[in-house]
Amino acid sequence: MIITRKLEFSASHVCRRPELSDEENHRVYGPAANPQGHGHNYVVEVSLRGEPHPVTGMVLDLKELKEILERRVVQPYDHRFLNYEVPPFDREVPTTENIARDIWRRLEPDLSDGAARLFAVRVYETPELYVDYFGEEPCDPTSE
Amino acid sequence: MRPNFRIAAFRVTRRYAFAASHRLDSPLLTPEENRALYGKCNNPYGHGHNYVVEVSACGPTDPSTGRAVQIEALDQLVAREVLEPFDQRNLNTDVPAFQHAVPTTENLAAEICRRLKSRWRTVFPGEWPHLEKVRIEETARNIFEVTADEIE
Repeated sequence: MIITRKLEFSASHVCRRPELSDEENHRVYGPAANPQGHGHNYVVEVSLRGEPHPVTGMVLDLKELKEILERRVVQPYDHRFLNYEVPPFDREVPTTENIARDIWRRLEPDLSDGAARLFAVRVYETPELYVDYFGEEPCDPTSE
Repeated sequence: MRPNFRIAAFRVTRRYAFAASHRLDSPLLTPEENRALYGKCNNPYGHGHNYVVEVSACGPTDPSTGRAVQIEALDQLVAREVLEPFDQRNLNTDVPAFQHAVPTTENLAAEICRRLKSRWRTVFPGEWPHLEKVRIEETARNIFEVTADEIE
């Protein structure tokens, strides 16, 4: 069974690599490369896989999950400029893909043992663009 | 032991919209049978929807860009193959595939997936990303999804 909890944060970022020219950065990242940055209301869905506990009937107490998400993701990310304030984005471009992977890495220590394991992290940069990340596995479109 | 650690699994999904009209009427059925089967979707002059299309592609990130899919390239492909030919059109009369097939949203999903799949390698010539699936919302309540593997 898969359970999902949603969280939101608002943050600014800029997608550009210092070794590239302005022109090359715009070619790769489009307007997201504008040097002063811009922001999004990010929406994140964190999904866990597990079986309901025979006594509680829950995969994981959502209050507990909410607290983990707040501490590991919302507190460090919300109302920040990701490139300047949230490692690893001082050295890694904060694309939606890299944000999804970073959130996975922040959550995995709390959700890698026990009955409920991290299954997917979905990050909406806008309602029209989102990325799912499934961990360090080969990409197999048929596996859910 | 987990397989191949060097490849990370990302799925990137982009959401697009177009508005089009259609009429469901099968040449293999009688007028009475069409009315009984398709109901108001068989009304003679057709009707329209605001279709929402989600296109998903998967692959590892390019280590130099941090991106798994070049979004601008995907946008251009979808604009050329789907939005320009379908938006503000009558699917039955303006899209060749539906001159003989009923433009149900099942068939529409398959047609969009076929169009994207047939041009995919011209836009994404490398090993990745793969076109994974197309999902269409005909209305907020009617949703259809097809994986690229299902399409020839």
